[in-house]
Amino acid sequence: MLKDFNKECPTVNDIASKKGPVDQWQIAAFARRRPRVQIPTGPHLFCIVFPREGKRKDINTLFAFRNSMNLINKDVVSIKDFSNKEIGHVLNVAEKMIPVAQGAKKSEMLKGKLLANLFFEPSTRTRLSFETAMKRLGGKVIGFDSSKGTSIEKGENIADTVRVVSGYSDLIVIRHPYEGSARLAAEFSKVPIINAGDGAGRHPTQCLLDLFTIRKEKGAIENQHVGLLGDLKYGRTTHSLASVLARMGAKLTCIAPQELQLPKEIIEECQERGTEPKLMNRLEDEIKNLDVLYVTRIQKERFPDPAEYKRIMSYYRIDKEVLGRGKKDLIVMHPLPRITEIASEVDSLPQAVYFKQAFNGVPVRMALLALILGGIK
Amino acid sequence: MKELKIQPIKNGSVIDHIPPGKALKVLRILSLPKKDTTSIISAVMNVPSETVGKKDIVKIEDKELDPDESDKVALIAPHATVNIIRDYEVIEKHALSIPNELVNIVKCPNPSCISNSNEPISPRFKVISKRPPIKLRCYYCEREPADIEAQII
Repeated sequence: MLKDFNKECPTVNDIASKKGPVDQWQIAAFARRRPRVQIPTGPHLFCIVFPREGKRKDINTLFAFRNSMNLINKDVVSIKDFSNKEIGHVLNVAEKMIPVAQGAKKSEMLKGKLLANLFFEPSTRTRLSFETAMKRLGGKVIGFDSSKGTSIEKGENIADTVRVVSGYSDLIVIRHPYEGSARLAAEFSKVPIINAGDGAGRHPTQCLLDLFTIRKEKGAIENQHVGLLGDLKYGRTTHSLASVLARMGAKLTCIAPQELQLPKEIIEECQERGTEPKLMNRLEDEIKNLDVLYVTRIQKERFPDPAEYKRIMSYYRIDKEVLGRGKKDLIVMHPLPRITEIASEVDSLPQAVYFKQAFNGVPVRMALLALILGGIK
Repeated sequence: MKELKIQPIKNGSVIDHIPPGKALKVLRILSLPKKDTTSIISAVMNVPSETVGKKDIVKIEDKELDPDESDKVALIAPHATVNIIRDYEVIEKHALSIPNELVNIVKCPNPSCISNSNEPISPRFKVISKRPPIKLRCYYCEREPADIEAQII
């Protein structure tokens, strides 16, 4: 049966020359640069076309492929591209990566693999943690951390840069000031793309490490009462986090000055996912109910009047006294860099997990690299 | 005095059931008339209608609208119908429907969106809600334009 099926299945060459029984979806799969799966609605048998290698797989392999949550070659552009199950799988793998991330255990999982870091904008934590993650797994890293001295300065576009670099490496990590640049890179790249921040847009690996930190510190994400505090209007990474927390069953309270409160469309998105976010102006009214307090920076430039900025900031500063009113097992998170929003006296308290959170970027990124490059299934 | 009236057309397209006052916008979306357009185009506004109260009608002679053009019209007149006329007969009549994805029809209002740069891509939107109010989401930056009409290319 399988033999016959394979015999009847068109090869890539057949598709190219339009011979044999070619469905529309097969042409669509062929048009893409990497193996993709499309599930037809009808009951008929089908195959997955691997355009580059010209390989094909039968229906059983496909379901094995789905059940094992194989993330090989997956682009990581937005957290919305991940199902809850896939997020859980990444976090489980990240958990196993901790000893390797700490240097207590050696791994050669990605030996011979090459990661290209394309950072068109400066970054400290994200770039270094990707580099650490790749090297801890035995892989190598090439790349740049600003567009100075590259062909970008001569006017080359991202599409061409990505097409060229995807010929040099096995995976590309990209940060670019334009929103949607990672989605574009994924369209033109022959190798998988990981978005390391696209302007004010998405930053999926930050979101994953935030989720990992909550799960690791609190044991679960579901039913945790998470307070998002600070600039919730402009920080789109907070938008993705709010939306993904909502779909993973967390309770949400948004604490921000009215002018920096979570936008309406994100509130609606959370409601659609079954969570009704509570909107508050003052932290002191709510801190006693929170399990997690996620603090973000309120930027001075959002306030034309410096006195108003100072006044607002005084409501949102986290210190020992404020935390004294919260639960004993409350955790305080921050994507960093923090400026004055968390007093340094908090650093030594058990509630402060923001430096652990920054470290968690390494095992989470190791998990992603290992899953995408096939080091682990 | 000679009476001016909108006559039935011999060949071409009739866009019916356009919301009142939007006939000229429909023409703008269709980029009609172009410099080299030879067809006669008539726009009738505020026509009493039994079903919808009032409506606008646009008649384009000697031009049969293709689906891509119809899709554009659906963005501002989702309940409009397009009739294709040949030799005074309606040979095709269809309601407009918005596709699931719009490519090169609407541009992204976000100046920081990669689709507004010099990259070799076309503006691309996913249709989130087909029922009024229509909601689109940029494929690249995921923003949703508030005023879709103003962003039609």
